Amino acid sequence: MSLRKPFARALAALGLMTLFAAAPVHAQETVKLGLVAAMSGQSAKSGEAIVRGLSLAIDEINAKGGVLGKKVELLVRDDESNPAKGVLAARELVQREKVAALFGGLDTPVSIAIVPFANQAKVPFMGVWAAGTPITQNGAAENYVFRVSAVDDLVDVALVDYAIKKYGAKKPGLILINNPWGESNEKGLKAALAAKNLPYVGIEKFETNDVDVVPQLSRLKQAGSDVLLLVANVAPSAQVVKSLDRMGWDVPIVSHWGPSGGRFTELAGPSAAKVHFIQTFSFSGNSSPKATALLDALKKKYPEIKSLADVTPAVGIANAYDAMHLTALAIAKAGSTEGQKVREGFYGIDKYEGLIKTYQKPFTPTNQDALAASDYLFTYFKGDEILPLTN
Amino acid sequence: MLLTSAVISGLGLGSMYGLIALGFHVTYVVSNTVNFSQGSAMMLGAVLGYTFAVTLGWPLPLAAMTALAACALAGAVIERTLVRPFAERGSNAWLMATVAGGIVLDNLVLFTFGKEPRGFPSVLATKPVQIFGAGVYPLQLVIPVAGIAIAILLQVVFSRTRLGKALLAVVQNPDAAKLMGINVRLAVTVSFMISTALAGLAGLLIAPLFSVHSDMGTLFGIKAFAVAILGGITSASGVMLAGLAYGLIEALVTAYLGSVYTQIVVFSVVILALAFMPNGLMGRAAVNKV
Repeated sequence: MSLRKPFARALAALGLMTLFAAAPVHAQETVKLGLVAAMSGQSAKSGEAIVRGLSLAIDEINAKGGVLGKKVELLVRDDESNPAKGVLAARELVQREKVAALFGGLDTPVSIAIVPFANQAKVPFMGVWAAGTPITQNGAAENYVFRVSAVDDLVDVALVDYAIKKYGAKKPGLILINNPWGESNEKGLKAALAAKNLPYVGIEKFETNDVDVVPQLSRLKQAGSDVLLLVANVAPSAQVVKSLDRMGWDVPIVSHWGPSGGRFTELAGPSAAKVHFIQTFSFSGNSSPKATALLDALKKKYPEIKSLADVTPAVGIANAYDAMHLTALAIAKAGSTEGQKVREGFYGIDKYEGLIKTYQKPFTPTNQDALAASDYLFTYFKGDEILPLTN
Repeated sequence: MLLTSAVISGLGLGSMYGLIALGFHVTYVVSNTVNFSQGSAMMLGAVLGYTFAVTLGWPLPLAAMTALAACALAGAVIERTLVRPFAERGSNAWLMATVAGGIVLDNLVLFTFGKEPRGFPSVLATKPVQIFGAGVYPLQLVIPVAGIAIAILLQVVFSRTRLGKALLAVVQNPDAAKLMGINVRLAVTVSFMISTALAGLAGLLIAPLFSVHSDMGTLFGIKAFAVAILGGITSASGVMLAGLAYGLIEALVTAYLGSVYTQIVVFSVVILALAFMPNGLMGRAAVNKV
């Protein structure tokens, strides 16, 4: 019988598991926290940045004795930017590893897929990158989803404000990637423009692999656009810039944070610097002692980081770093790793001096987003480095 | 201005589709099979060109020739391993096998070349020149010229030369061709090598206008197949013409109706065209031998 041996092993394992389950004192020597993010594929660099930010914060927390007298441990799972795999990983982390909280990655569709599970399992889910509005505004009666990152709806308001203030936009044109992210920002931008009583002259969509965006841009030019509002990832954003170059159309571009996701200057050429895009944080031009200390710690822990260009974009690191500290504070406030209590713990945080800003009552049941439009800054690429713009 | 820029964009894109579609044509006329991983072969040309020219710093002509040779070699491997074993048994499984081969290749490149899209610098794509008030990179003018020249060359080779006639004989009657002293297996392999090299050339030409990454060829492969069918896959000039028409329609629809309608209109036109011209623009009707 070939079945006998594995079966016996399974039985033994089951026995052992019951033993451990019966001895909860030994079951959890550490406070386990889970991360579900893209660790492979096109967005792998984002996952790496998040891990770095979380790890640095964990090192600091553990150096001070951890939380609830236990060390903090991070468990990382790859979602491959695939919502189904993300949910599976979240389930595994919660049900098997019994993590006290989950952290999310760059992809809005993955996070949106995890949200219902987190709310149902009553495990806090902390977003550190994905900006989709419905992630935190998910309509659940008991909302377990928190975020330290940009929010699409607020970004859209900030983009419109910037276009008006900086360029005196009268006839904005929208150039958006043809996917759910572009779709959600189309709604947000329309609402933000309507609030300012500013009609748009055109909305054009383009595909991720479009080589030539000249026809779309020609339409916007024909319609008299004086500013372009751009929402797309790094490679397609570069195609827009190159197409503008060919047309010889020198129009201001105000962009969501897509260009920060890769080698924008290499892809778009010298005109890359014309694109002004939003970020939540930048090491460049940031002289706060906390930023300097963190950058030093990063270089020490990850010797492959040599210049500021190697921590591009810094948003993933910074958001993750602050989010981890806030989560540790919430667990400490709760005095427990039980989801319901940790959720209350988040609402109980009064003040935390973070990297991005000093948080005052960052979370309330009506606003689970710690960052507001006033925390965003506009930046541009100079070579490989992202520099802040003073406006 | 809208019209000229749309026409130039359309012709540039169209000739890229045509170039890849010619690859479908070459293998089809010789062996009645096609390599559905043409999009990946295009990507391979761009990725290898980037690796040799930018990463390793070889001179561009050497880098381009090596990349094309490697693409041709890949074509031979694809024919030997993914097409011949099935086609010789009369099975159509090469269809799925080449699709799978393309996915394998895309992922191999993803893991070796990396995940980030890279920019391919070119002196032909830095300063735009003005033509009828529309700016274009010189490279955008090179592509249609190269595409049309290759289409004419193929047409001449197949209709006027001994080599071309030998290749065409293979598809008409492999046994008779063998008796006439034609190396049938070699002929088929060579057709696949030409096919992937053409796709690789398209990749090299497109790279500076686009970005180099592992899935850059997927959409091109699909559009090029539509173009090959539309042109009548048996005629090189028909295929090239269909490529130009496809690119033009795409650019004009985007310019005048808006990008939301592009794919809907273009593929509807493809379906309509095939309904009225089942053999494509210039294809010969297939003769069913009983």
